[in-house]
Amino acid sequence: MAVHEKITIAKAINASLRASMEADPKVLVMGEDVGKLGGVFRVTDGLQKDFGEDRVIDTPLAESGIVGTAIGLALRGYRPVVEIQFDGFVFPAYDQIVTQLAKMHARALGKVKVPVVIRIPYAGGIGAVEHHSESPEALFAHVAGLKCVTPSNASDAYWMLQQAIAGDDPVIYFEPKRRYHDKSRLDTEAIPDPLHTARIARSGSDLTLAAYGPMVKVCQDVANVAAEEGKSIEVVDLRSLSPIDFDTVQASVERTGRLVLVHEAPVFLGVGAEIAARITERCFYHLEAPVLRVGGFHAPYPPSRLEDEYLPGLDRVLDAVDRALAY
Amino acid sequence: MTVEGTAQRKTTRGGSKRTTAKKASPARNKATRPAEQDELVQLLTPEGKRVEHPDYAIDLSPEELRGLYRDMVLTRKFDAEATTLQRQGELGLWASLLGQEAAQIGSGRALRDDDYVFPTYREHGVAWCRGVDPTNLLGMFRGVNHGGWDPNSNNFHLYTIVIGSQTLHATGYAMGVQKDGADSAVIAYFGDGASSQGDVAESFTFSAVYNAPVVFFCQNNQWAISEPTDRQTRVPLYQRARGFGFPGVRVDGNDVLACLAVTRAALERARTGEGPMLVEAFTYRMGAHTTSDDPTKYRADEETRAWEAKDPILRLRRYLEAEGLVDDAYLAAVEEESEALGKRVRDAVRAMPDPDTMAIFENVYADGHALVDEERAQFAAYQASFADADAAAEEN
Repeated sequence: MAVHEKITIAKAINASLRASMEADPKVLVMGEDVGKLGGVFRVTDGLQKDFGEDRVIDTPLAESGIVGTAIGLALRGYRPVVEIQFDGFVFPAYDQIVTQLAKMHARALGKVKVPVVIRIPYAGGIGAVEHHSESPEALFAHVAGLKCVTPSNASDAYWMLQQAIAGDDPVIYFEPKRRYHDKSRLDTEAIPDPLHTARIARSGSDLTLAAYGPMVKVCQDVANVAAEEGKSIEVVDLRSLSPIDFDTVQASVERTGRLVLVHEAPVFLGVGAEIAARITERCFYHLEAPVLRVGGFHAPYPPSRLEDEYLPGLDRVLDAVDRALAY
Repeated sequence: MTVEGTAQRKTTRGGSKRTTAKKASPARNKATRPAEQDELVQLLTPEGKRVEHPDYAIDLSPEELRGLYRDMVLTRKFDAEATTLQRQGELGLWASLLGQEAAQIGSGRALRDDDYVFPTYREHGVAWCRGVDPTNLLGMFRGVNHGGWDPNSNNFHLYTIVIGSQTLHATGYAMGVQKDGADSAVIAYFGDGASSQGDVAESFTFSAVYNAPVVFFCQNNQWAISEPTDRQTRVPLYQRARGFGFPGVRVDGNDVLACLAVTRAALERARTGEGPMLVEAFTYRMGAHTTSDDPTKYRADEETRAWEAKDPILRLRRYLEAEGLVDDAYLAAVEEESEALGKRVRDAVRAMPDPDTMAIFENVYADGHALVDEERAQFAAYQASFADADAAAEEN
């Protein structure tokens, strides 16, 4: 069953974990409710039944403890894949992630490796209560020693997670939770792209939209609408937020001359700010317009009745596209 | 906290010590669970007199006893040398273990080679027991690296500076040992200050629910920089273990024999599948927290002098001399060896080169990272531009 014509991102992640655990007996899955329940999003559904409680570990409700013990397990030679239940709950573990996980390889002058993968369902759009809809990726991408990736479709979800697990660095793997049940094609025998590369999700010639995770679909919808108005939009799915594949973005912007960055996370000091600065430096003479950003506001993620207004949607992205094209 | 609250806290604390212990003792099963005493486990008095303890026996050969003495003398010498090197500007900082030699040598000598140690930044005596070259400990304090040894060479992890973080690493490592079906044990060192950290509480929880083979070795040296232990806890620290479901014991941290005996028992428990145990080594930080600290601002000389009388090295020496296990020639030989160690450390530190500038970019990632590569190349080119300018200036 190499090709799934339509598989959800959640099921692709499940298949990916299964493949990693079958390939390497040192791979462990640990987190809150990941065992019998299969996780609150059922992403780890059935894994404990098939791989046992020794490899699929329900943990106490203590995020620092989960990540801290995962570090210890990694030092012993295991490859723990940790689930943080929701984005807003990662902060008790932030100390372990930043002061220990990220720095241990450098601290040990390369003598120890800590291949811990931390899966975080992130971003909004599911009508949740507070702390369940946040986009903290910039807080992790900012930290040297960590790698950060986020898939936008089933195939990338499947391959990127296995690549993250197989690598020897700590990786934060952000899962776009409102896209968990979006279906797309997966060929489990395909040859995947290297992990930290961006992908041209749609070719175009007038403007580049760069996005990742949940916003890729919005940008593809924007490109469709813009096409009806005779505008040709290229969509870059960044996929990796640390490192960022600036070369692919640069090549795209050199073709289109315009760049709009889109993410759910607040615009201020976000991933888009870094890309805007770098692309301005790299593509100064190719740019026909200032690099624009569309994203969240400098405000706490709002109550869910307001999230449709807060989240960058079709209209807000189109507005930015129009402003960029007006130059 | 209000004044009344403080008063109440003190009363409760003073009163609870004995009653809790008495309540617990009839129920405890001595065969499987070490005793939880409110008294110190002691096998050697400050006067150097051997005493017995019902739960913790020890029988060491004269050679082993002399070895413990030698370990403590050499560790103290190394520590004093490092303090001096800091004063001379050769080290940026030093965290002295002065006074804690027995806690560290006793527990360190209880370990087997296959056991694994997760230290704080003050475990110089444990490092010595593990065979880590003392000069390697000094690199981070000199500022040439953040940890200069291979943790897996001696099963001695790098020093951890963030207080308490390593207790979780130890617990996770122990969970791995358990999964491997090995009979090794893991020991996590931490202090009275760290006992307030959430990570320490979480490591107690995780180790207890998974029954992980880990020993928590708390050196209660009475001071967390300027904060006394009663700013961290209102119960004796070893009693915290009970609430997590494993035993805790308080040992005289200045008694190397007791520290060895209790740690051995705790490690043995871990190895035989009985799970974690907390050992509180009741000791005293004779020096400053680090060379940047000034203890005269927060603690009284009398207190320090009272602890001087309990010196860990002096008491073992008294015992060895009284038993005729050492003679002047042996003591002189140890003295000579410690002088040689001091000189070796001095020479090694003074000869320790600064790292290459480009080391900034090394080992940030195991598998590399495009941004690090880009910045390394840019910085190398920037550095090289000076070389070019220098060369041009020379030509002119």
